Amino acid sequence: MDRKRYEEAKRRYHETLERCGCREGDFTTVSGFPVRPLYGPDDVEGLDYGEDLGFPGEYPFTRGVYPTMYRGRPWTQRQFSGFGTARDTNGRYHYLLDHGQTGLSVAFDMPTIMGYDSDHERSEGEVGRCGVAIDSLRDMEILFDGIDLGEITTSMTINAPASILLAFYLCAGEKKGTPFEAMGGTIQNDIFKEYIAQKSWIFPPQPSLRIITDILAFCADHVPRWNTISISGYHIREAGSTAVQELAFTLADGFAYVEAGIAAGLDVDRFAPRLSFFFNAHLDFFEEIAKYRAARRIWARRMKEKYGAKDERSLLLRFHTQTAGCTLTAQQPENNIVRTAFQALSAVLGGTQSLHTNSMDETLALPSEKAVRIALRTQQLIAHETGVVNTIDPLAGSYFVESLTNEMEEAAEAYFRKIDELGGVVAAIDRGFFQREIQRSAYEYQKAVERGSKIMVGVNRFQLEDEQIEIPLLRIDPEVERRQIEAVREVRAGRDNDKAARQLELLGVAARGSDNLMPAIIECARCYCTEGEIIDTFKGVFGEYKEPLFI
Amino acid sequence: MNRRGDIGALLERFGRGEVAAAARLISVLEDGGDEAERVLDAIFPGTGGAWRIGFTGPPGAGKSSLVHRVTGRMRARGHRIGIIAVDPTSPFTGGALLGDRIRMQSLSADPEVFVRSLASRGSLGGISNCTDETADLLDAFGKDIVLIETVGVGQSELEIAEKAHTVVVVLVPESGDGIQAMKAGLMEIGDVFVMNKADHEQAVGAAAELEETLRLKDVPDGAWVPRVVLASAREDTGIEDLVAVMVEHRRHLEERGLMEKMRRRILRARVRNAIMDRMERRLRESPSVRAVLERRMEAVYRGEASPYRVVRELEELVTIR
Amino acid sequence: MARKVRVLIAKPGLDGHDRGAKVVANALKDAGMEVIYTGLHQTPEMIAESAVQEDVDVVGLSILSGAHMTMFPRVLGLLREKGAADMLVFGGGIIPAEDVEELEKLGVARIFGPGTDTGDIVSFIRDRFPAN
Repeated sequence: MDRKRYEEAKRRYHETLERCGCREGDFTTVSGFPVRPLYGPDDVEGLDYGEDLGFPGEYPFTRGVYPTMYRGRPWTQRQFSGFGTARDTNGRYHYLLDHGQTGLSVAFDMPTIMGYDSDHERSEGEVGRCGVAIDSLRDMEILFDGIDLGEITTSMTINAPASILLAFYLCAGEKKGTPFEAMGGTIQNDIFKEYIAQKSWIFPPQPSLRIITDILAFCADHVPRWNTISISGYHIREAGSTAVQELAFTLADGFAYVEAGIAAGLDVDRFAPRLSFFFNAHLDFFEEIAKYRAARRIWARRMKEKYGAKDERSLLLRFHTQTAGCTLTAQQPENNIVRTAFQALSAVLGGTQSLHTNSMDETLALPSEKAVRIALRTQQLIAHETGVVNTIDPLAGSYFVESLTNEMEEAAEAYFRKIDELGGVVAAIDRGFFQREIQRSAYEYQKAVERGSKIMVGVNRFQLEDEQIEIPLLRIDPEVERRQIEAVREVRAGRDNDKAARQLELLGVAARGSDNLMPAIIECARCYCTEGEIIDTFKGVFGEYKEPLFI
Repeated sequence: MNRRGDIGALLERFGRGEVAAAARLISVLEDGGDEAERVLDAIFPGTGGAWRIGFTGPPGAGKSSLVHRVTGRMRARGHRIGIIAVDPTSPFTGGALLGDRIRMQSLSADPEVFVRSLASRGSLGGISNCTDETADLLDAFGKDIVLIETVGVGQSELEIAEKAHTVVVVLVPESGDGIQAMKAGLMEIGDVFVMNKADHEQAVGAAAELEETLRLKDVPDGAWVPRVVLASAREDTGIEDLVAVMVEHRRHLEERGLMEKMRRRILRARVRNAIMDRMERRLRESPSVRAVLERRMEAVYRGEASPYRVVRELEELVTIR
Repeated sequence: MARKVRVLIAKPGLDGHDRGAKVVANALKDAGMEVIYTGLHQTPEMIAESAVQEDVDVVGLSILSGAHMTMFPRVLGLLREKGAADMLVFGGGIIPAEDVEELEKLGVARIFGPGTDTGDIVSFIRDRFPAN
């Protein structure tokens, strides 16, 4: 179509649109981005295929980080799970692997996440409740009983104590004869988003960063297949941010880790290839796809241009996705299966490397076996029935998707400038910038739902009167806590206590000095020091982070 | 009778040192009215022992954290502490979000520390109308130090000088707080100035600048010369210095008999304010005054009588016996 | 002066999911109440002591870590011990229906699950404190 005929047709169309009128309604993305009724060539004017998109596996990787994408290998189906004791969870892992899951993902209980042993007074009532309780290497050995750690990769959602759980894992593998170099997996180890959104912090930012850079250096030398930080937007989004805030804050965190690594004297290409990301898959289908595509492009560009990465692997934004827990409803929980399916589809169309699909009953309790199976089946349906895996980045070139991808990138860049003005990520955390932005978005969204301008099926529209929940729920036996307390006490009673005390002392010395902490932590793990003992040693040196006042 | 319970019984439990009764009596004071006066009448003889310390300064300067730290030190010296933390009431909804306890979490475990969050409610600015009364109650409850933390916005901050024996002004190096402090008149009321966030690169410079400004102030011979302390609530540094200077200020007041003088001045101001409040309320609520106002305002609107003319007419109605 | 409803919003337990607690705190504030927010990781002892000192009318506990059957009864017991048995205690979080029943039997006035309209919480409190 030539230009003149195009302009003429466009004018005609807009007149018709005007005449017919659109219905009243909120036509914005779930993050509040206004969406026009139609997108066309004007909206992607200036889009340069080579510069802005590139072929899959080629800079700037907008279309995907690998040339073959799902034609080469499907994404890893990785269901996050953990509950009760290590023995209980080990049973669930065998169940998931038997049903075709391809990677493991450990959910820890709150005491493990916060660095308390199961018999600490603060752990009361929390042991094994929302994840598995791990106190020492002994629990880790049981957790992976009968599973070959050289075969499987494992993701561990652990942050402030990540170095310790990694040490337990490596030692557990070592005892089965798998060398460190042969083990692959991920620790979340993203402390920035703890201060920003998830709030499971232990130490102040400076010592936390030191532990993280020690892990980066140690793994580069000894555990080369390990993803050392999973830079996480998931929790930022769950705390109520918009898609743009998730994108911008997560990448800003990523760049801050890169800067910390460089400042610690590491070559960027030595550690950046093992950084990975973790995003949320929320309700708004196209907005999410645009978010993943924009993320890849921004990361590649900055890593190359600003941080001078030479190794192509440093430019690749590889990511795990989890469907949005905060969008699940307690009302008509079966609807959550459908929500999750759409969210998972957006992650796949956005080119995710691995995926967790939520279970329908997660607003009610920990997921039951059946609910988990349906969630896993959802991924298998997408992979094997829908045909979306047949071609790579099928939405590229869509006027709308490309335009939204550009808009997301621009909005993220505006946030980067703002964060720079505030003096960087740590300074912005100090001033509560992220926290306030997220809280404002969360409250605005809640108000939009309550006004009815954002519709949640079953919540503010299409409700059921006198709804009866018909889903069997997983219950955690209160006995779990008692058994776990006994177990950790047995570990302490059965080990060589002089040796354990000596190793903890050496750990304290290492913490006060500047040597890499990982070897000392691994020594402690080997002689069955508990997580709480190691954390307490660090607390004595590093102090504790205090909750700031931002409400 | 409401949820607050029977006043007599509450006062008796208060006398036995029951925290819940003290807390409930503060609510009675906040509600105002006859019951509040009855409570004040009952507890007033037990007041006068507490050292009242005001913490003021712009929002975000770290007042709560500093109060938290100072409390820790004072507890170590064996003091029993009451804390009044004021946060603003929204003028639009009347609601308030009181978050100062977040910064004082570890204090919740100490039975000798009583923290009360007050919303500023009807008061225009940074201090609740009920601050004095709450301080009285904590004083009578046996707290020998009462720390009052203001909101940190507006001119009414200066009222703290009429409520506290020692005024601590908290500032931070960034964002030109020094200039703001001068504008807001904080320079006139501060006995101790804390440059918080002492680890900030500009802290030393800002403190020096502040000292320079204070030196220009005219201080009569023998009077207290305001002091500047560098501290960091977050890093827990300089707190000992701060406490030492505060104690020094108190000793200065005591040695010169100024504590008693100040106590009298404060009480005089309170009586004056209470009279004004009472008179204002009586005027506002008097049906005859209202009637005159309603009748005569028409004349003012039409330009036939000036506002002052109406006031004179009203004055004739009011008799002060 | 009119009496204000005072509400303590607290997060017992070790989890850091404070989105709900903060949204509720803001909504109650916008509804004209005085809301004391205690912050994260509170022990039952800290919560009860704060509630008593602040003399609140209502205590709202938000908990998503699964420790509700430990935390709620403990807070209720401590309030009773400290002479504040008349405070209205409600909760929010991921709490299975059977536990809800049991908690209500123990004296928790209401449990609000995910997807609750903050307006429902406001009216729940207003119904019990109509003066405000």
